[in-house]
Amino acid sequence: MLDLLIIVSVVLGIIALAQLIKVLELAGQARGENSWDVTDRDNKTQARLMPVFLVVYFASIIYQMVAWGKYLLPVSASAHGETIDNLMMTSWIVIFPVFILTHILLFYFAWKYSYDKNRKAEFFPHSNKLELLWTIVPTVVLSILILYGLNTWNNITTPVSQEEDPVLIELYAYQFGWIARYAGDDREFGYANVRNIEGVNALGMDSTDSKGWDDKIVRAEFHLPVNRPVQFIFRAQDVIHSAYMPHFRAQMNCVPGMTTRFGYTPTITTSEMKGITQNDEFNYILLCNKICGAAHYNMQMDIIVESAEDFEAWLGEQKEFLPIDGSPKALEVESIEVQEEATDGSASTTASIN
Amino acid sequence: MSAHTHHDDNDFLFKYIFSTDHKMIAKQFLLTGTFMGFIGMMMSLFFRIQLGWPGEASPILEAVLGSWAPDGVLAPDKYLALVTIHGTIMVFFLLTAGLSGTFSNLLIPLQIGARDMASGFMNMLSYWLFFLSSILMLASLFVEGGPAAGGWTIYPPLSALPEAMPGSGLGMTLWIASMAIFIMSSLLGSLNYIVTILNLRTKGMSMTRMPLTIWAFFVTAILGVLSFPVLFAAVLLLLFDRSFGTSFYLSDIFIAGKALEVEGGSPILYEHLFWFLGHPEVYIILLPALGITSEVVATNARKPIFGYRAMIGSILAIGFISVLVWGHHMFVTGMSPFLGAVFTFTTLLVAIPSAVKVFNYLTTLWKGNIKFTPAMLFAIGLVSTFITGGLTGIILGDSALDINVHDTYFVVGHFHIVMGLSGTFGMICGIYHWFPKMFGRMLDKRLGFVHFWLTITSAYGVFFPMHFLGLAGVPRRYYTNSSFPLFDNLIDINVTISIFAMIGGIAQFIFLYNLLYSIFKGPKSPKNPWLSNTLEWTTPVEHIHGNWPGAIPEVHRWPYDYSKPGAELDYIPQDVPMGPDEKDEGH
Repeated sequence: MLDLLIIVSVVLGIIALAQLIKVLELAGQARGENSWDVTDRDNKTQARLMPVFLVVYFASIIYQMVAWGKYLLPVSASAHGETIDNLMMTSWIVIFPVFILTHILLFYFAWKYSYDKNRKAEFFPHSNKLELLWTIVPTVVLSILILYGLNTWNNITTPVSQEEDPVLIELYAYQFGWIARYAGDDREFGYANVRNIEGVNALGMDSTDSKGWDDKIVRAEFHLPVNRPVQFIFRAQDVIHSAYMPHFRAQMNCVPGMTTRFGYTPTITTSEMKGITQNDEFNYILLCNKICGAAHYNMQMDIIVESAEDFEAWLGEQKEFLPIDGSPKALEVESIEVQEEATDGSASTTASIN
Repeated sequence: MSAHTHHDDNDFLFKYIFSTDHKMIAKQFLLTGTFMGFIGMMMSLFFRIQLGWPGEASPILEAVLGSWAPDGVLAPDKYLALVTIHGTIMVFFLLTAGLSGTFSNLLIPLQIGARDMASGFMNMLSYWLFFLSSILMLASLFVEGGPAAGGWTIYPPLSALPEAMPGSGLGMTLWIASMAIFIMSSLLGSLNYIVTILNLRTKGMSMTRMPLTIWAFFVTAILGVLSFPVLFAAVLLLLFDRSFGTSFYLSDIFIAGKALEVEGGSPILYEHLFWFLGHPEVYIILLPALGITSEVVATNARKPIFGYRAMIGSILAIGFISVLVWGHHMFVTGMSPFLGAVFTFTTLLVAIPSAVKVFNYLTTLWKGNIKFTPAMLFAIGLVSTFITGGLTGIILGDSALDINVHDTYFVVGHFHIVMGLSGTFGMICGIYHWFPKMFGRMLDKRLGFVHFWLTITSAYGVFFPMHFLGLAGVPRRYYTNSSFPLFDNLIDINVTISIFAMIGGIAQFIFLYNLLYSIFKGPKSPKNPWLSNTLEWTTPVEHIHGNWPGAIPEVHRWPYDYSKPGAELDYIPQDVPMGPDEKDEGH
């Protein structure tokens, strides 16, 4: 209701302003001025407003930083994220002085050199020296930023090697939710395709592929061990989604028809981060960051980062794929005949054999 | 030059409706573009109500939007529809057709000394195709399922499958039809501009004596001709995927309970094609705005634009680089990291010519003699927004940094400031400056002053806080942030933005009032109200076909001889012959 009051008062303010202008206009006409030619008085008023605006603009930016700075994302919870944050800080250090300096010059010049009929502007059509200066200086500064940025980018996008013993996780996006799949002990995912989707088999896994039998599928939340690399594989079921994990400085699109990948090493556990943010309710989240339909705004999954032991314990509790009527391992024993029959069938055929 | 001999001034239909006169066509573009712009703006105010006060019933929304806002609360899919059509209208209908269509048409023949465009008929066709495409886009608001709602970039599969969301049905088909016609309009216009500039310049008007406005329109038109056909191809293939069972963009999809028979396509292909237009499009918007500003700053600072040749050079450089950077919209699509590195490199290069332009503007103001007409105020505003928005581009263009701010409100803040505000400020600046040339009457300066200060204050009030939302990790195109406890304390920022958006919206109605009132009742304009050098001010105030009653004036100098030492007045129009001791700065 308060907000509505604000809107109403704004409207009334504008109406009042319009009336004031009417009065000014009539006064101007009485003095013999017209409604468009900029007078000395206008120039003075506008010129004075220039530094005033500059001060208001800068003050509002400082206010925003003070009032809202605490809401920004906390320190990076991943190893590569720290390098991103450093690069970000370096960029701000370059950008901010340029922003402040050019704005001061712009509004200072505008105020200082406002019209005076007794003065003539300086005829200064060009200066090769100056133009060279502000071609070369930005070139040098940008070269440094480009090199620094590309170096960071290359480090981030280098795939996690198998020697580092990464946790393999597939994030699967659909309208409107996420499913995570852990590769299991064989460190390989079973084959999956949308054409196999049926009933509880939401990932479309091929039940005849033994690599998938130890895969573990979880919903609502997934866990990560701290200080161990995680290799993510992304898939999408229907439209493009984007797996965005802001606290880990990680994002990758999930695209139907292809897999994409991104890897990082979490460095701060959930409970540590609760201390850092002084928020007991804190939780890492995965959210969708590519418009995907009406409920795009509510596609979330919690991420829990914990010690290696806690992680293993949690993973041990999760069920393996195809637990329908007996263990999938049993299938492995009679694998030859089962697989022969199953190659021309679907997931349901396999289940009926069981 | 015989394209306009068939005019019949007594015939209302051919004078005001099917006119082939570039000045009338410019006015048609202006009015249609402005109309569309206000619709786009109103849409943004509607969805700002939802974002500022999510889930609260608003009698305004219920009254205006009807079934889109049951019980006064905007529906999630209709929120996306508003966002999508807002973006489409602002980018294409206001800032491409409205800006280029108006000022390229008005100024190219007048400033280069031509009697009309190379083809008046093509020019007329260009406007009417634009009109038709506007009608189709607006009609899509009223079809079942609503208009396209997959974002203005309409990425497939979301836009390709009617099952994916309500807006991907008939609304999307109309969107594609509208854009296809829009592209034809844009191509007819652009080809005309290029040919006119190359072939119809008056005697003495060499390329290096052209005002920077013309240079900007020239490079813009070339960019349009190179990139719009690619969008045409992209949406055509999308239409095939939608209607004829092809799968250019589709593969392995399970939706609405069944797996589709699509195989082998890639949505990433669409993204490449789209952004091959999409990024140059940013400069199709920006360059005309910068060209207009150059002209207005020089005229009102009573000083030559600093570094005329460097300005041309940077327009050309920006135009060239702009077709090599589209991949920076796709850093996190799974595109090869090597490609990401290449696009980071080319993208950050754009900052160099942009920096040159900014410093040249600042030096033009230095030791100037500045008259603060409303046009000049908006030109100064543009320099400010171009700096503010341009600098955050250095962050977004850096692939490593883009990972975490990609598709967040940081991007929304960035592109609204650097492209939206700069483009709009450039267009408004041009309207204040050339209104006398278009309508023979003057706009009210006081309303102009109020309009400017309210606009720039509210514009920064809307878009600056968005950077904070982005750095807090808030994704764009979210119907509400209230589903995540993480974002709970950001509601203040959203309320602030929404209030400033409403102030800004109201300020535009002051402008609209000024515009409409002055078209009919404004004081009559003198021939050269701003004491400017360019040729358009040598034409009579009352529009005539062929622009000049007698011979076309010959050009003897560059357009920026303001406050030249030795001259009596502080301006020397381009058609004044060189004095015996005068140095020619343009060559």
